[in-house]
This record gives sequence, structure tokens and C-alpha cells, in this order.
Amino acid sequence: MRILLLLLLFGCLLAPVRAAIEAYEFDSPAMEADYNQLVDELRCLVCQNQNLAGSDADLAQDLRRETYEMLQQGKSRQEVVDFMVARYGDFVLYRPQFKSSTYLLWLGPFLLLVVVLVIVVRRLRAAAKPVGVDAGALADAKKLLEADESDEQGAESEKKAGSEQ
Amino acid sequence: MIRSALPLAVFILMVGLLGYGLSLDPKVVPSPLIDKPAPVFSLPMLEDPARRLSTADMNGRIWVLNVWASWCVSCRAEHEVITKLAGRNLVTVVGLNYKDKSDDATRWLEQFGNPYATSVIDIDGRVGIDWGVYGVPETFVIDADGMIKYKHIGPVTHESLEQKIMPILEELLG
Repeated sequence: MRILLLLLLFGCLLAPVRAAIEAYEFDSPAMEADYNQLVDELRCLVCQNQNLAGSDADLAQDLRRETYEMLQQGKSRQEVVDFMVARYGDFVLYRPQFKSSTYLLWLGPFLLLVVVLVIVVRRLRAAAKPVGVDAGALADAKKLLEADESDEQGAESEKKAGSEQ
Repeated sequence: MIRSALPLAVFILMVGLLGYGLSLDPKVVPSPLIDKPAPVFSLPMLEDPARRLSTADMNGRIWVLNVWASWCVSCRAEHEVITKLAGRNLVTVVGLNYKDKSDDATRWLEQFGNPYATSVIDIDGRVGIDWGVYGVPETFVIDADGMIKYKHIGPVTHESLEQKIMPILEELLG
């Protein structure tokens, strides 16, 4: 039972929010698909974080009607989008157009990714590279270590000898 | 030293950008119609629906289009400011009665006073859409060439009248 309720809840989350109550009749499935895509991608200006499909605001209803009528008149999807942008600006688009003022918006994430990749690669390379040490100093260090080891060995054998006694 | 200062610099930059973002009003959507020709309309007048006013009638005149409705609460708030503007007789103030019932609109004007030279009826909001209206009230300033010079979204306050609209009108009037 609980699982069923949970599933239902998730089902609600997945379903696209639709407030559209108008029953529009379309000449073709293609036109209906165009309509649905448009009301999904166009923003309602009254309740700004909703699209036209999800908003019950008066203006959203009017803009849905406008969208429907333009499609009925044989206008293309792009023409409807241009109509809206001419009146309300780029803000109505949930999918901003690719143009000079939006290059940063579209390409920014990839640019950031490249920058991060460059930094990561450089760091990894730096970590993998052996640390450059002067050869003379290395030889000295080795000598010291060896001397130390032989000292310790000597001390240990002395200890052993002492404990055996 | 530089290494440790970098995150701080990035942080300060982010705070600056976000702070700037906070200072903007997300409700105000810049209109693409500024410095573009005013969308044409020809609409019946509220006072006498048999007569029509068209944008062509306003050619050669500097005018203000105030979008209002009797159901709009903030229109009542800005009403005295619009009345003040109209009372200065500098420009023609036209009302666009947006998606309203004419009876209600007429009664509203009788009750509060009518500052408009005339109001035109946009019963289904189509002219509103052409003008990019998305919230009533909105106020447009149109110059003698029929170009939209300024759009005010929301109620005009005394401050916004004096500080924003008047300077534009004065510049247009020369």
C-alpha cells in the first residue's frame, strides 16, 4: 500500500504540469505536437517560473489561444516564436536562441569544463613527474642511509650478543 | 600568497555578481519594443463605441498610453499619478481599457475621475499582446514619429513619474 502511494506520488512528479483546460482541436497530429512543444517552451510572463502549458493565468490562456490560432493559420513553429519574442523579448523563451548575446549562455558550461579539464590534467601531470633532485645530494643521502643502517646492524648484533650472555 | 588569494578573489567576484542580481527586479522584463514603432491598433472608444481611435490618429503627437482596467487594484493606486500627469496638459494621455467590462470601466471612471483624453476598449486583450502587455497597469510613452520611447511596468508612482517619465517627456517636447 505504502509503495503504491509512493509510486503514485512519483508519477505526479513525472507528469508534465498542465493547466491547459481549453479543448483545442487540431487538423493534424503534427500540428498538435507543434502546439504542445510551443506551450512547453514559452514562458508565462505573469507567473514567471511557469510555461504557458502550466499556467492558468489569464495572459497564458490568451497566449495559448494566440499560439493555436497562428498554427491553424498555417504559421510555422518558428513564426509563433518570433511573434512572441517581438512582443515580450527573449525572456519568453525557455530555450534561448543561439545568437551573439547568448553565446556565453550556451557555450559557457563547455568553456568551464575545458578550463577545469586543463587544470586537472596539469595537476595530474605535476603529481606524476618525479621530483627533480640534485644527483650529488642524492648520493650523499644514500651514503648517510647506508651508514645508518650498518650502524644499526652493528648495534643490534651487539645487543644480541649481550642478551645471550 | 597568490594561491591563497585566488579563492578569495573568486568568492568576492561571485558575491558581487549575486549581489547585483539581487538588486534587479525579476518582475520587470525589458521590452523589445523600445525605440520600435508602436504596434498599430484601431479600437472603439469607451465613451462612444461607435467611434474609433487608431494609432494613426496620434501621428505627429507625443502621447502616453496607460493600460488600465477596473478590476486592476494597482490601477487605482496609480490613478492619482496619471491624473497629475494628464493635468499638466503636456501630452495626450490615452487609456487602453484592457480586458474589462465597459460598464464596470465607465463606473470606475465616474467614481475616481477620468484623466484620459479617451480610453479605447481592448476587450479580448489582443492589442495588449501586440504591445507586449503582461501585467496591468503598464504605461508607454510614444513620440511624434510613433516610436515607443519608454515603457513603465506596474503602477506609476509619484517618484517614477518625476524621475523617469517626466525627463523623457521633457526631452521629447524639447
